[in-house]
Amino acid sequence: MIPVSAASNLSVMNRIIDAIEKEQFKTELPQFRVGDSVRVHTRVVEGDKERIQIFAGIVIGRKGRGLNETFTVRRISYGEGVERVFPMHSPRIAKVEVEKEGKARRAKLNYLRTRKGKEATAVRE
Amino acid sequence: MSIGLLGQKIGMTSVYDASGKLRPVTVIAAGDNVLVRRITAERDGYSAVQIGFGAQKESRLNKSELGAFKKAGVQAKRFSREFRLETDLPEGEVNLNVTQFQAGDFVDVIGRSKGKGFQGVMKKHNMHGQGAAHGSKTHRRNGAIGNRSTPGRIWKNMGMPGHLGDERVTVQNLQVMQVRESEKIILVSGAVPGSNGSFVVVRPAIKKPAQKS
Repeated sequence: MIPVSAASNLSVMNRIIDAIEKEQFKTELPQFRVGDSVRVHTRVVEGDKERIQIFAGIVIGRKGRGLNETFTVRRISYGEGVERVFPMHSPRIAKVEVEKEGKARRAKLNYLRTRKGKEATAVRE
Repeated sequence: MSIGLLGQKIGMTSVYDASGKLRPVTVIAAGDNVLVRRITAERDGYSAVQIGFGAQKESRLNKSELGAFKKAGVQAKRFSREFRLETDLPEGEVNLNVTQFQAGDFVDVIGRSKGKGFQGVMKKHNMHGQGAAHGSKTHRRNGAIGNRSTPGRIWKNMGMPGHLGDERVTVQNLQVMQVRESEKIILVSGAVPGSNGSFVVVRPAIKKPAQKS
């Protein structure tokens, strides 16, 4: 990293920003694809205790680049569709387990939102 | 005790805080702040320090500016400001590094906002304008600006079109997220006025007391 004082040009400034972002990247990104059934282990802080909460569902999309990359997980909970968006590099995500690999033919599985019953819980194209 | 810093806005990014939340931050490079002059109550009638920041060619300065730097024995600086103090600064070393601030402190940041040129009332004063359709022939104009013979004049400070931006703007109570001593950088939560590369003043927040540690 370059120590700066009054950086004069854009490339120097961008390098500083890039370095700060790079520090926050996870070294081992969870490997999964759109359509996979996953269990997302999230760290939940209650008072001064920390525990792991699991959110299980289908990955219906990934978006963003670098630090801003997020993925959306959809599940049917008590008959109601629930979607959660997780930042890829968030320290609150302990790990992402792939339960079942899915065969998705598109990048975003928004069509699952209109499906009902058993159809909505699996990717079969 | 923190005095304040002069720095340069590098740009914005985001960092995860201790609780794992992604927070937007502005990166401010604030290296080599130098003490140009101590302003004392005895000599000048008030207490302050003059700080300089950013290298400048000597040929770009006039003799009086150059003289001030020569007297202080420092290299010519591009940006200099005064920081008012309650009492005279004691003799000896002055901490003008980024370490004046700690993560968690609150600061005010002063900069010059981006110039927007001559703008209409919708952008400048957030007025509503008129209908876009249904036969409306005016769309973005200011409309009525006053009453009739009482008061018979336009109120002062009536919002009208005109120049927007390129003025001194202070953003108060921004929290310091990180202080990086080796890189002479501080990360301040939230946005800061001005374009990337512009000079800013960082001072301890005047409305929120520094956290007691």
